[in-house]
Amino acid sequence: MTSTQIVPGERAVALLGGEANDANLRRYLHGIPGVDAVGLEQRAAGLGTRSIKTTSKAWALDRIIGLVDLTTLEGADTPGKVRSLVAKAVTPDPADPSCPRVAAVCVYGDMVPHAVQALGSAHGDPDQGKIAVAAVATAFPSGRSSRSIKLEDTADAVAAGADEIDMVIDRGAFLAGRFGQVYDEIVAVKEACRRPDGTYAHLKVILETGELNTYDNVRRASWLGILAGGDFIKTSTGKVAPAATLPVTLLMLEVVRDWHRLSGEKVGVKPAGGIRASKDAIKYLVTVAETVGEEWLTPHLFRFGASSLLNDVLLQRQKMTTGHYSGPDYVTID
Amino acid sequence: MSFLEYAPAPESQAILNLRSEYGLFIDGEFREGHGTPFASISPATEKHVATIAHADASDVDAAVAAARRAYDRTWSRMSGANRGKYLFRIARLVQERSRELAVAESLDNGKPIKESRDVDVPLVAAWFFYYAGWADKLDHVGLGAAPAPLGVAAQVIPWNFPLLMLAWKIAPALAAGNTVVLKPAETTSLTALLFAEIVQQADLPPGVVNIITGAGETGAALVGHGDVDKVAFTGSTSVGRAIAKQVAGTSKKLTLELGGKAANIVFDDAPIDQAIEGIVNGIFFNQGHVCCAGSRLLVQESIHDEVIDRLKTRLSTLRLGDPLDKNTDIGAINSAEQLERIRELSDVGEAEGAERWTAACTIPENGFWYAPTIFTNVSTSHRIAREEIFGPVLSVLTFRTPAEAIAKANNTPYGLSAGIWTDKGSRILAVADKLRAGVVWANTFNRFDPSSPFGGYKESGYGREGGRHGIAAYLKTAAPAAAVAPAPARKTVSKGATK
Repeated sequence: MTSTQIVPGERAVALLGGEANDANLRRYLHGIPGVDAVGLEQRAAGLGTRSIKTTSKAWALDRIIGLVDLTTLEGADTPGKVRSLVAKAVTPDPADPSCPRVAAVCVYGDMVPHAVQALGSAHGDPDQGKIAVAAVATAFPSGRSSRSIKLEDTADAVAAGADEIDMVIDRGAFLAGRFGQVYDEIVAVKEACRRPDGTYAHLKVILETGELNTYDNVRRASWLGILAGGDFIKTSTGKVAPAATLPVTLLMLEVVRDWHRLSGEKVGVKPAGGIRASKDAIKYLVTVAETVGEEWLTPHLFRFGASSLLNDVLLQRQKMTTGHYSGPDYVTID
Repeated sequence: MSFLEYAPAPESQAILNLRSEYGLFIDGEFREGHGTPFASISPATEKHVATIAHADASDVDAAVAAARRAYDRTWSRMSGANRGKYLFRIARLVQERSRELAVAESLDNGKPIKESRDVDVPLVAAWFFYYAGWADKLDHVGLGAAPAPLGVAAQVIPWNFPLLMLAWKIAPALAAGNTVVLKPAETTSLTALLFAEIVQQADLPPGVVNIITGAGETGAALVGHGDVDKVAFTGSTSVGRAIAKQVAGTSKKLTLELGGKAANIVFDDAPIDQAIEGIVNGIFFNQGHVCCAGSRLLVQESIHDEVIDRLKTRLSTLRLGDPLDKNTDIGAINSAEQLERIRELSDVGEAEGAERWTAACTIPENGFWYAPTIFTNVSTSHRIAREEIFGPVLSVLTFRTPAEAIAKANNTPYGLSAGIWTDKGSRILAVADKLRAGVVWANTFNRFDPSSPFGGYKESGYGREGGRHGIAAYLKTAAPAAAVAPAPARKTVSKGATK
């Protein structure tokens, strides 16, 4: 990862002008302008009507593949399943060597060693054409566990070679108004991402927007995640419906844009769950490009958390080269 | 390559089956006009689209006579339920031919296809569906049992929403049992003539709908015709005033929907990202060729710089160009004449000391174009704060308190629409109550619905279109008039719900 390292806790103190406790955070987060749901959804729908054709579509399909965190998060995951997922990540389309690789594979913490091993020399920074390993941690997906377990969960995954940690925030604390607790936990997890050499695994902060319910909450949680030092803010675990939606992602991108205006720092966004069709993924690219700018369409600033999306993109990609649609047996299952 | 330079995605014109020449649509058939035919061009390319017949006084006579015959013999005698059937049929035909109508509208008017496809044409269908439903329920308009239609309606419409304005006029008139002679604007006759084909397709009795084309004198002849019972006009205040004079002293009923200089008021607690979208939608929708456009932005001084900054960033993402490209946000200015007026008023704004900012965009070589422009440092005394520019030009003023916002918003000879942006519901109601404008949008802008009455205060005209009030304008008030006067027109507050 090429972006600068973020030291936990630094962002908030500068902005809040004081300690990041419940009172200060509440005052700040409740002072942010509200979100009008009708207007937000209207804007997202408007962006969804962009018509991406020919060369733009070809570019978009390749870029989507390069932004995918290919994911398996099942109780039934085995080393064999992870190896199969990795093989798909390295060679998405065996019939076409020009097909780009995905950005990362995303697995549970105990599967990280298997993913690292299976990747071998392909393991590395997606900006350099390699594939990163992301691990979900902190008692994913519910986050209902003690702080010490969450931190150990995180440290374990980092020690096993995870480059990125996808943590969940404590939605219960957030909804109860204990912003300080949510903040402290993100800071602590970030600290647990620290490697012996002083660098940090990249931290994606999952807001689980489906449980936050209102757009105002999503906006506040996005700010909280960024202030606490998240490298990415991520919509969902994929285990709660609704998962990622275009309006929620647009809203999070607006926060990221505002943070960039304020601080000059670039924070990433990862919509996850529910994005299955190329057509929908292209709408997300449009939304990114027209909200924060095209420079966000790189693996260290935007990701799709998805599994079935990849094959739909591959089918579309094949269609663009051959001129006709094939079928599900012309792309590989992982 | 840059992703944001989306590859061209033009809507195909193959669906259009235009004739090279169009006649006048009188008594159910197309016939030649007696005036000198004129050319309709595409404002985006200045290319010839079709040759349009020009109606002279004798053609106006023929059209009004046909409408009168149809009124006397069939339409006024037909049951409301049967009139409704015809209107439902028209609504469905509009939907069936929606792509064709959208392409024709964008070609002839210059508006982006995404607007004609997603706003204009769906609203046209919605208007016919809505008033089709009223046709057999006239007892419930509020004018007593079985109110009578007026007779022959003369309708003159503008070029900014050619087909939509036609629907606003024709749908309630026919539902109420009137017959119509409609004159579209000279530069945008095409979709009205396609609509005439739909009228034929719907097998409407001849003479119920007549469409005559031509310029100002044709309109004046129609409005002044002795056998017309009702005049409905949408357009500029100066022409509206002339029509009011012409009609004064006759028995003709009149509704006027004229200009506007709407205030879009942004309070410091507004949902800021949506307010920016609302400002953009308020003034740059349809190139600002909207009578209810939010052309005066009143922004609270404490957030002025931030709003302007965000607005400029947003405007830089607008795409100006080929109206038929599905990704175009800003289309062509409708005519050279209108472009000249926009330029002239903008230059005045600069000369008067306002600060001009224009979005960087490439202007196509041919056609009529004007890049989105913002004026800051505008005072209430500047001409660009008072006169309707009718183009993609926004004048930004500031205010300090709600009282000042209301005073400035009302300080205009117009009163068609206004917008309020705030997260505080009680403020929306308190401010809306004091704004002298026919429509007040809260946390949204430029939203239209057939069930919502639309119309102006002061120089923005009189009468209401849409809803129950819209159909009452085409019905006789039962005598004695004073006893059952129609309900006074009320302003509409449409509220964008906050989740």
